[in-house]
Amino acid sequence: MARRAGALIAAGLAALTLVPVAVVMMQAGGRGVSAPDLAALRFTLVQAALSALASVACAVPLARALARRRFPGRAVLIVMLGAPFLLPVIVAVLGLLAVFGRAGVFNSALRGIGLPEVSIFGLGGVVLAHVFLNMPLATRMLLQGWQAIPAERVRLAESLGFGPRDHWCHIERPMLRAVLPGALLAIFAICLTSFAVVLVLGGGPSATTVELAIWQAIRFEFDLPRAASLAVLQVLACGMAVGVAGLFTSASGFGAGLDRAMDLPAPGGWRRGVDAAVIAMAVLFLAAPMLAVLQRGVPGLLSLPASIWSAALASLIVALLAAPMAVGAALALALGRAQGSRWLEPMAMLPMAGSQLVLGTGLFLIAFPFIAPPRIALPITVLVTAVMALPFAYRILAPQARSLQADYGRLAASLDLRGWAALRLLIIPRLRRPLGFALGLCAALAAGDLGVVALFATEDGVTLPLAISRLMGAYRMTQAAGAALVLVALAFGLFWICDRWGHGGTAD
Amino acid sequence: MKSLYFAAGFLTIAVPAMAETPVLDVLTYDSFVSEWGPGPAIKTAFEAECGCTLRFTPAGDGAALLARLQLEGAKTTADVVVGLDTNLTAAARKTGLFAPHGQTPDLSLPVPFADAEFLPYDWGWFAFVHNKTLEAPKDFKSLAASDLKIVIQDPRSSTPGLGLLMWLKDAYGDEAATIWKDLADNIVTVTPGWSEAYGMFLEGEADLVLSYTTSPAYHLIAEQDDSKTAAVFSEGNYLQVEVMGKLASSDQPELADRFLAFMLSDAAQSILPTTNWMYPAHTPAAGLPEGFETLVQPTRSLLLNADEAEALRAPALDEWRAALAR
Repeated sequence: MARRAGALIAAGLAALTLVPVAVVMMQAGGRGVSAPDLAALRFTLVQAALSALASVACAVPLARALARRRFPGRAVLIVMLGAPFLLPVIVAVLGLLAVFGRAGVFNSALRGIGLPEVSIFGLGGVVLAHVFLNMPLATRMLLQGWQAIPAERVRLAESLGFGPRDHWCHIERPMLRAVLPGALLAIFAICLTSFAVVLVLGGGPSATTVELAIWQAIRFEFDLPRAASLAVLQVLACGMAVGVAGLFTSASGFGAGLDRAMDLPAPGGWRRGVDAAVIAMAVLFLAAPMLAVLQRGVPGLLSLPASIWSAALASLIVALLAAPMAVGAALALALGRAQGSRWLEPMAMLPMAGSQLVLGTGLFLIAFPFIAPPRIALPITVLVTAVMALPFAYRILAPQARSLQADYGRLAASLDLRGWAALRLLIIPRLRRPLGFALGLCAALAAGDLGVVALFATEDGVTLPLAISRLMGAYRMTQAAGAALVLVALAFGLFWICDRWGHGGTAD
Repeated sequence: MKSLYFAAGFLTIAVPAMAETPVLDVLTYDSFVSEWGPGPAIKTAFEAECGCTLRFTPAGDGAALLARLQLEGAKTTADVVVGLDTNLTAAARKTGLFAPHGQTPDLSLPVPFADAEFLPYDWGWFAFVHNKTLEAPKDFKSLAASDLKIVIQDPRSSTPGLGLLMWLKDAYGDEAATIWKDLADNIVTVTPGWSEAYGMFLEGEADLVLSYTTSPAYHLIAEQDDSKTAAVFSEGNYLQVEVMGKLASSDQPELADRFLAFMLSDAAQSILPTTNWMYPAHTPAAGLPEGFETLVQPTRSLLLNADEAEALRAPALDEWRAALAR
């Protein structure tokens, strides 16, 4: 059932992501991929790999500290971790600049104690920004892993007298083997197609990504086949990463538990101090740019044009339609994969590596002969947003769908539990937590996405990200900052509601 | 309210056409149609006299506009395109989609301008904008020799970025590569579009930003802030001339001609300075808005013609990339 649904969805996904590329590829012209393009590919891969490694390296100790410590405000902190990921990129970058830029707090402090300034521009700045944006996502993904360790294993470990080191070897390491490659892969793929962060913070043309080369090919050279070739290169790079991650992923093999609530052991002594320091540093690193965003946005809130609210409504509609589509499809793919269809995995990751600009251009070329593109702005926006959000939902659902199949698959088969009954009695209750998280994330991403819609835009059909970019384009930076705050509040509100549902009212 | 139309627009496949009222489709860049741009006022004014419906379709920025037109090709439903600049007109002409405008407008550009297919509607000098407290450099060489920090736009994704490329090429020819090399340590970063660069300048990340001599007018008129000014360079400041053209495939050619003429009338030209923050292509009888007289006036204006700009673009890009690659 899930395998058949998964196969259908995968075929649809492949058609949606590959056919537009093929259509773009078939256009006339084309001068092939050049040497600067290969340099761009190299830089893209290096920055994406470094960003993924750095994000996950920071996320492991943070997720671990959050998993085993209890303190006031912990639940709020975990939800707030979603915020940086939901910021419009340029807003996040300006927030980071307010802290780490030339006129920022960090450099003022360095100057204050007589140290030389540090420049954020260059590869270091790109990685720093990617860590800021993605480390919280990685933390949440890993935290799901920690929270999914059955209480029975923890109890067994306790009765066997496991110290922190044994705990690491026999409980945490196998769990990470199941979750870590997926988290690395997700962040690698996000950074692969990252565009504005790399350009703004890269400092010059040596920090050029494949996505920029695609822009140039489409917009200034109108060399569509070249744009498509570059998009294919990008997909291949991601495909290789999926393969490598697959080699390193293994099931945690904990078996099922009875879902009794049980805290993880919280070792005292120096480990306690380290955990506290990790949490404090992460909060400082993540909160400072967020506060800068808040501080810049609040004055703009007072002078927001009324049109912002209709744009917010449009974004809300897109989010409410796209998120369930993305999560539903991702669930079918994750269950199909768990039941043994390995090929579904790269299919689910495909949209993440696809170039938005090429996808939009392809869809435009397909639609244009039949219908005026602005007429189908909403369906296209919803569809593309759902497709783009799907890989995130898949990555969140996949590890636990796999455990679900391992732990309950035979029981469900022997009871002939299928279809809606399986969904209602087994899948939704067991996967509620990752489902809520995935739904929230997709809704928030959909609300904040500008992407493809630009090609299909109409005079009036303005979404919030488009409204922000228009405000910035009209010198109105303060109002843009205020509107960005509205977007963050909307995205975060959606995320919070879904995430809370996933936790079903439990303490965390 | 607008989003209800937005939603309703998708549900109805065919918007019932109002049989008697002709519709003029104008393809333009995004900031033209935004409520802070000239679009809404132009629409009201033109519809009041044309007995027609003016419909704007926004398509990103100037470069995206040309790409969009090429995607649509001869089947385009647009009648008029507004918002290309002279660095893009050669490529636009090559598409063969444009028809001659046949008009002889009275232009107030600082350089002679004639083009059979494209009519200017506004223009501005590119310039480095800075705070008045800064002692601004007098030319590119003194800028390169200083330790001032600048932020510029990427010529591969933004029209001001491309404008700067042409500026240096026009002013220095083969020496441009050397100037770029000397400028490398002044450039904080290269942003994909104008807004990121301008935003970073306002946040204090750079001393100067590549924009227009008219940018300080926004701060002065809209924000009552007279702290910004622009640097006049002794080599001359390069021009951005924004143009519009009529499509040969238009099913409303007379209406399209009327719109082009309207865009150069006092009614439309007096809207542009304080919405697009550029100089009008034809100074209206009432003159420029108050505040524009405070703007700096470059003494030399540079502008490559469309064919030169097209021919220089690829080699100039390679030169730029090589000079700035570290």
